[in-house]
Amino acid sequence: MTVLEAREVVSGYGEVEILHGVSIRVEEGEVVTIIGPNGAGKSTLLKTVFGLLPCKHGAVLFDGEDVTGQSPQAMVRKGMSYVPQSDNVFPLLTVQENLEMGAFIRRDDYHSKTEEVLALFPDVMERRHTRAGKLSGGQRQMLALARALMLDPRILLLDEPSASLAPNMVELVFTKILDINRSGVSIIMVEQNARESLKLSHRGYVLAMGQNRLEGSGENLLESEEVGKTYLGG
Amino acid sequence: MVPESTGFAELLNKARERYPAVFDNLGTAALWVLFAGLLIAALILYTNLFVVGVIFGSIIALGAIGLTLIYGIMKFAHFAHGDMMMLAAYLAFFALTGRIVGEKTEVDLGWSLDRLPGATTGLGPLSFGYGLLLAMLVALIATVALFVALDNLIYRRLRQRGSGIVIFAMVSLGIAIVARSVILILWGPEPRFYVPGIFPAHEFPFGIKLKADQIFIFATVAIAAILVYFLLFRTRIGKAMRATSDNPELARVSGIDTDQVIRWTWAIGGALVAVAGVLLAIQAQLKPELGFTILLPLFAAAILGGIGSPQGALIGAMIVGITQEVSLGVEISIAGRDILPQILPLAPGYKFAVAFVILILILLVRPQGLFGAKA
Amino acid sequence: MKADRFITPAAWALVTVAIVTLPASRSQDLGGVISFLTGFAILVAIFAILALGLNVQWGYTGIFNFGVVAFFMVGAYTAAIITKGPATTEYVRYVGGFGDKLDFIPFLDSEQWLPFLFGTAGAAIVAGALAFVLSIPTLRLREDYLAIATIGIAELLRRIAIEEKGLVNSDRGLIGIPSPLEDLVNPPEYKFIFFGVVVGLVILILIALEAGSRSPWGRVLKAIREDETTAAAAGKDIFNFKMQSFVVGAMIMGVGGAAYAYYSRSVSPDAFTHFFGTFLIWAMLIVGGSGNNKGAILGAYIVWGFYSITGLMRAYFADWGLEFLELRMSFLRDFVVGALIVIVLLLRPAGLLPEERRVSLFMQREDKQPTPPGEPESGPTGSRADAPPDREKGSGGQAS
Repeated sequence: MTVLEAREVVSGYGEVEILHGVSIRVEEGEVVTIIGPNGAGKSTLLKTVFGLLPCKHGAVLFDGEDVTGQSPQAMVRKGMSYVPQSDNVFPLLTVQENLEMGAFIRRDDYHSKTEEVLALFPDVMERRHTRAGKLSGGQRQMLALARALMLDPRILLLDEPSASLAPNMVELVFTKILDINRSGVSIIMVEQNARESLKLSHRGYVLAMGQNRLEGSGENLLESEEVGKTYLGG
Repeated sequence: MVPESTGFAELLNKARERYPAVFDNLGTAALWVLFAGLLIAALILYTNLFVVGVIFGSIIALGAIGLTLIYGIMKFAHFAHGDMMMLAAYLAFFALTGRIVGEKTEVDLGWSLDRLPGATTGLGPLSFGYGLLLAMLVALIATVALFVALDNLIYRRLRQRGSGIVIFAMVSLGIAIVARSVILILWGPEPRFYVPGIFPAHEFPFGIKLKADQIFIFATVAIAAILVYFLLFRTRIGKAMRATSDNPELARVSGIDTDQVIRWTWAIGGALVAVAGVLLAIQAQLKPELGFTILLPLFAAAILGGIGSPQGALIGAMIVGITQEVSLGVEISIAGRDILPQILPLAPGYKFAVAFVILILILLVRPQGLFGAKA
Repeated sequence: MKADRFITPAAWALVTVAIVTLPASRSQDLGGVISFLTGFAILVAIFAILALGLNVQWGYTGIFNFGVVAFFMVGAYTAAIITKGPATTEYVRYVGGFGDKLDFIPFLDSEQWLPFLFGTAGAAIVAGALAFVLSIPTLRLREDYLAIATIGIAELLRRIAIEEKGLVNSDRGLIGIPSPLEDLVNPPEYKFIFFGVVVGLVILILIALEAGSRSPWGRVLKAIREDETTAAAAGKDIFNFKMQSFVVGAMIMGVGGAAYAYYSRSVSPDAFTHFFGTFLIWAMLIVGGSGNNKGAILGAYIVWGFYSITGLMRAYFADWGLEFLELRMSFLRDFVVGALIVIVLLLRPAGLLPEERRVSLFMQREDKQPTPPGEPESGPTGSRADAPPDREKGSGGQAS
């Protein structure tokens, strides 16, 4: 069952077109990674899917339903959760409050969910009454992931989760992502760290210059010479 | 032909760049110590002025908290804030007395709050009766409705268009002018009072002299501040407001209903404006120009405290209020010789200029304010 | 938006028709009507000078000066104290008073024009100096803080004028300011001479500005206004250019102040309120279209036209028995102008300020305000919100 699909999506910023008709899909329970050089449009794709950017042509389907161009708030209600690359926590709010904000639209008692989510991130749980701004980069990234989980999303959209993290944190983050996926959440992520991310992905896409270049399983892409030469160098 | 740009701010920036950790912390610590030291000195040496400053500061605080919330959540400087305070004060006057006055006009609307039995009898030692309290409530409801309506009709459209600062500033200034004109048209330029007459000050230890009304003002602000605290820190919508102020993009992305947040912001801002306006009119008088005059202290307090931080606005307002009052009475003399006789004590006309000086200093030294995050 | 194109010419036409017919319809005295129109035109020219000065600051370099009235006031007072003679009684106290010493050219009736050259030059210099001094603390501030700071500066200066006895005669103001060339004609006809003088000033300023904007200096200013970040990357010292434009604009405002002093022959702190000296000027720039010298003049005409027309209505209200309104005419005028500006800004689409600053497509300046929440459903629209939400460090910006 296809959780998320983008069909021939054309979008960009204002007058500038970045994506010239990109198609991807995520099946239920998958981890899908999108890699490619700078300027390829990876982040743009994620933002368009989530409704942060207008989709000029093409369609976005969620669970088969056409959700093209709906607002981020609507997407959240439908079951998507998005973690931006930077500025992805509320620095002045405590960890606890950050999570509460993640659950803003829940009408029910979210306390048990908070405990459940925090259990996944013990490092963060210890500091639940600390202001998020005082956390380290890695802890903040964990908090950002935790916040996104508060609504039991069907799919998580992650924009470069390992960006500007120390190598040991990178490993930790990817482990967590895998844990989250195992609990039933589909994941689509954009990554610069192609090697690490492809290792844990079911499938991957390579984008370049706003268009699809390659597609395949995580393993295949890892082993592919073409990909290896051009994109896995770092 | 034009010389190199140098100056204190420039040096400060260079120092901060080269030694960020040390200097910034040192700078902030120094600022806190300086303020604390000055405040303690003022408290001890000029206790009465200090206390009056606290009273005045608390009035500014209510306005500044609303201002900083609007600024932090909607990212624009609400230049109409001061004139709206005055408008609310006059609305209370109207509710209380039912009169429209001015040039050759004395219109009485037939019924007003002061006709209720005992409405004007002073409550205890206060100068006013429960009529004014009801009038304040009326003004509060009216102001909240007005703020929400203005947002729906005007500010929301500007936001949706992505309008720039110029437009927001001009529109809010235009609204301020309209508010002031309405006051002038309906109630004229002469100063007015809720309750005519002079009321005595009571004596307290340490040379403090306060009118009962002033204690009422302080108590009201304290209650209001506690209510605002509860709202912002213990309710869902309050936390959402803080979150939106902190990181508006992420708030949107998290699914927070920003429309609801904005409506609540205007509502709270309006309520605080109404109360602050009535208190200001009790403390000083009802005068149309007062709205614009108070704008600088409001902004100084909000910026000093750090835009977006209600606690900061509260403290900033206290500092502004105390500094204003104390500077009117302070004389610095060393070994019997008067230092700065031309400037201190300050001539009364310069009172509000003090807020401006504080504003400029803060913008130069620490633009994010006491509680603000570095951009 | 096609409708957009019609609003300004329509407003211009409306003002012209009204300003001519309204006074004519009430008074058969042609001379009176012409005199009134001349007076109106003089004030339009004075405001046009102020608007031109603001246009240099905002239209050219995007400096958000909300303290225009400060330079206006300083210019007016400087011209006054230079051209007036010394105080004649002990109740009037002010500095300056060089008027009678400035006619040292023995022929050409120099007291008719020489003091005024000094006065106007002095006004420009002092206003420029003030701008220079103020630019150091304020020009680096982010736009909204600059607005707040300049509002404060203007109020502070007004306070100083009132409080410092002996500076400019405090709140009583200065009267008896002479006017240039006033002895050439009879008093009733003087307006026409002064009109010529002030229009000449406007033309001079326009010529200087047009020449300036075509020069390399002018091109750099336009580049800064369009995209400060890129211009900075190109190595231009932004602060210096901004300071220069701030000073030049202030000098022009000072000249406007001088003209105002000569025309009204008296100045006092009450005349220099935020509404008259700052808000109205901004309204003129916005209505006329900023970045554009012709727009500044057109805006001055339309806005001052509206203001004067509402003043003319006073006589009609008296006729129609609307005493309540008639007595409150001045407040009603302010109400109308304030409301009008809000409505104009609301109804005209985002492209109202055709040369409004645009932030570079892929970057947000560090000190630029973040976009406010409550954006429309399908994502950011409008030129200002075009910048992507995440803040990428690094030049040029890459969408990954």
